[in-house]
Amino acid sequence: MTPPLLELADLVRHFPLRNAFGHRVGWLRAVDGVSLAVHPGETLGLVGESGCGKSTLGKTVMGIYTPTAGDIRFAGREIGRLAKRERRAVAKDLQYVYQDPGASLDPRWKVGPLLHEPLRIHTRLSRAEREREVRAILAAVGLPDAHLDLYPHELSGGQQRRVGLARILTLRPRLVILDEPTSGLDVSVQASVLKLFRSLQETFALTYVFISHDLSVVRAMCARIAVMYLGKIVELGDTAAVFEKPRHPYTQSLLAAVPLIGARRISQDFRLEGEPPNPRDVPSGCRFRTRCPLAQARCAEEEPALRPLDGRTVACHFA
Amino acid sequence: MSSVSFVLARLARDRSALVGLVLIALLVLCAVLAPLLATHPDDVFELHPAERLRAPSGAHWLGTDRMGADVYSRLLFGARITIIIGIIAVGASLAIGVPIGLVAGYYHGWPSDSLMRVSDIFLAVPQVVLAIAIAQTLGPSLPNVILALSVTYWPWFARVVYAETRALQKEVFVESTAALGASPWRLTVLHVLPNIASPIIVRASIGMGFTILTAAALGFLGLGPPPPTPEWGRTIAESREFLPDAWWYAAAPGLAIFLTVMGFNLLGDGLRDVLDPRLRRSRTAQDG
Amino acid sequence: MAELLAVRGLRVEFATDRGPAQVLDAINLDVGPGEVVGLVGESGCGKTTLARAILGVLPEGPARIRGGEVRFKGTDLLREDPATVNDRVRGRAITFIPQDPFTSFSPVFSVETQIMDLMKWKSPRATNGGPSPLLGRYPAARYRADREAVLATLRDVQIPEPARALRRLPHEFSGGQRQRLMIAMALLPRPDLIIADEPTTALDVTIQAQILKLLRALVKERGVSVLFTTHDLGTAHEICDRVVVMYAGQEMEAAPTEAFFGRPAHPYTRSLLASVPSAGGEIRDIPGEVPSLVAPPSGCRFHPRCEYATAECREVRPAPSMLAGGHGVRCHHPIVGADA
Repeated sequence: MTPPLLELADLVRHFPLRNAFGHRVGWLRAVDGVSLAVHPGETLGLVGESGCGKSTLGKTVMGIYTPTAGDIRFAGREIGRLAKRERRAVAKDLQYVYQDPGASLDPRWKVGPLLHEPLRIHTRLSRAEREREVRAILAAVGLPDAHLDLYPHELSGGQQRRVGLARILTLRPRLVILDEPTSGLDVSVQASVLKLFRSLQETFALTYVFISHDLSVVRAMCARIAVMYLGKIVELGDTAAVFEKPRHPYTQSLLAAVPLIGARRISQDFRLEGEPPNPRDVPSGCRFRTRCPLAQARCAEEEPALRPLDGRTVACHFA
Repeated sequence: MSSVSFVLARLARDRSALVGLVLIALLVLCAVLAPLLATHPDDVFELHPAERLRAPSGAHWLGTDRMGADVYSRLLFGARITIIIGIIAVGASLAIGVPIGLVAGYYHGWPSDSLMRVSDIFLAVPQVVLAIAIAQTLGPSLPNVILALSVTYWPWFARVVYAETRALQKEVFVESTAALGASPWRLTVLHVLPNIASPIIVRASIGMGFTILTAAALGFLGLGPPPPTPEWGRTIAESREFLPDAWWYAAAPGLAIFLTVMGFNLLGDGLRDVLDPRLRRSRTAQDG
Repeated sequence: MAELLAVRGLRVEFATDRGPAQVLDAINLDVGPGEVVGLVGESGCGKTTLARAILGVLPEGPARIRGGEVRFKGTDLLREDPATVNDRVRGRAITFIPQDPFTSFSPVFSVETQIMDLMKWKSPRATNGGPSPLLGRYPAARYRADREAVLATLRDVQIPEPARALRRLPHEFSGGQRQRLMIAMALLPRPDLIIADEPTTALDVTIQAQILKLLRALVKERGVSVLFTTHDLGTAHEICDRVVVMYAGQEMEAAPTEAFFGRPAHPYTRSLLASVPSAGGEIRDIPGEVPSLVAPPSGCRFHPRCEYATAECREVRPAPSMLAGGHGVRCHHPIVGADA
């Protein structure tokens, strides 16, 4: 088996909470001990609702936040604790796509220089060589050469998105973290974007970590899926298996909550009550116990570890 | 950038900004073409005591001063001094204040805090007072005036640049360009700076007015370039003992200062209205 | 069955930088009593504009109603005296649940103040006419009765400890709870019709399921009709009795939910349903882009992207036609008898 491209070992990222005087009064435990492995060429889905920490996880892996604790191993090399300059060099192989890639474009720069920039930062190619690369990437995302002379605001939102993607692809990264790439998009636009991601994955041999709260999208795009709740992974396994027969009570509720066209109405007998607790105030033991139908005394005392069950791993005492 | 012509077009529609632009254009014209426009160009140096304190007439459009020199001609040459002081002082303040603001805005923690505290200290003392102190210590001359003004005006730029840099750090494109591996230098100079150019330009324009006013004040107090340099402030000081009879002697430079400063202020205000909301709104609405 | 709301031939134009945009093109829409109707469509299709036109809250400057009627309980709201509409209909017979729970409350007043303000003018116990809005008195007896009604409704929307909740400020509630409050506020005036504009879009999927379940239960219990706009087809399937789909300012198809999703007749509906990601893994999008409404396509506005388009589609907008079982479609070549 090929070694994993990305490995997280007990990754933690906490944010200090300060009162009006600047004193730390607690922690926001956004990512609270996450371990997983991503293999070359695969698309791993990372799902959960707001506040589960999936975005923070993506940004911590990317280096936008520094880890509070735990390891990040990329292509065998620990990168979480690198010095700033070395960490910047990793950006060549590990990249991050924002929810709105168009917003990642400097409004004062034209598209041409924007696409040249990553190459100027990371390579020593001549101007002519860079221009060749840039035009190739532009074609790969389906945009005409003429766009090189335009400013971002002169393009449509969809075109801006493609330029944002192209900018990252000039580096030929090995792993790309996609953070809510289809959030807020219309269903037909979403379909176009997903098709683009698929074709790019083939053309550039990319590995994806696909962060999303939309389960139907994740099901279509990801071979494996990790479900997060309040900073930890509660279930991790092959998408088909997890969707077919979710084992963790939260995953079950989550899947039960997704409206399915053509199936019976879910809201008739939807059971999960209450709101997710605040990540500032995580319950002791198993963090899902306050809403879990299977909760018992043990759940308050002992936090369940991820253990293998039925072809995937689950963090629950009673699944 | 094509937006320069766009900006000028928008500016032209704002009447008061247009007035400001005209006034400044006039000032520059007077300064550049002083030798041609002056009726008595040699009066900057020559003295005609026999003709002292004559009222405005056909020969001397704005009268003569206590040395018999033509007030109008000296005013025109004074415009040169004014512009030189303004440009160099504001330029130097920019050169000092902008990098300090960028560094303080980009980094966090005590280095950045201490830089801004230093700038706050400078801001706490009225600029005129500080400039007086410096000029007094160093002696009256043109370079010293410029030095005094630069040293006291840079904190304004530092503060604007600091605030704008901090605000811009939260923008997605800054974060994403950093994620792309851009060094702090590349981020601040190539990305942040162009995006905060507008507030800097506005501040520079208003700064010109402010600086010129302060320079005139220094000149008035005798701390500016020594005679026979036709500096406007000093001219007003000279005229004091002859008021109110020789009213033209004070009115001419006074009016000149007033119009210049107002011109820069109006232009600065107009620029502020035109530059910021427009360019920030430059993204087209995508879905109808 | 007499319709509660009947929109006929509604035409709305918006003034934009690039010229007038034909945002609604002779729309027809029906909502029956006690019916939950879903209005689906992608961004820019005009569903929010339609909702606002019915409520009469289109932005006065740029928006212009160019024709058509909005008949509510027999009266055309567009031609009725505005003061009467404001007093009797808006916020009373027709209420509104906005999309973003985070900005729909004023952050500086307590929930109690805001709800009781609503009740002061729109309570079912209020008499019509009377003192001007600024000086109107709020009779104590009615205040008490209204407050009881508010507490009861808060209990119905499952807000815990209603009396305490009233005293709190809006930011102390989560998004889901704020939507429950908005639902309560929409129900208190005892409306005939609630217009809900994407009420669950901003919420997490588990909270959404709770809210949808609640909303449907409450409206069915009280016999209130709902016009529910959304761009999420799954949500429409969840809660609606009938679904209407819009594209670029024209309504394309209107059918009972089961028929809409099971046997869609309009090519756009079919393409839309096909582009929802499915387990099979194949992803199908719709070629082309949503047209600009400043220069919209002639005839049927979907024709540039439709694989069945003919010259007729380009020239003439299809008239409404009725297939079996209340299934309406506006298409020259509807696909009948095929499953989705």
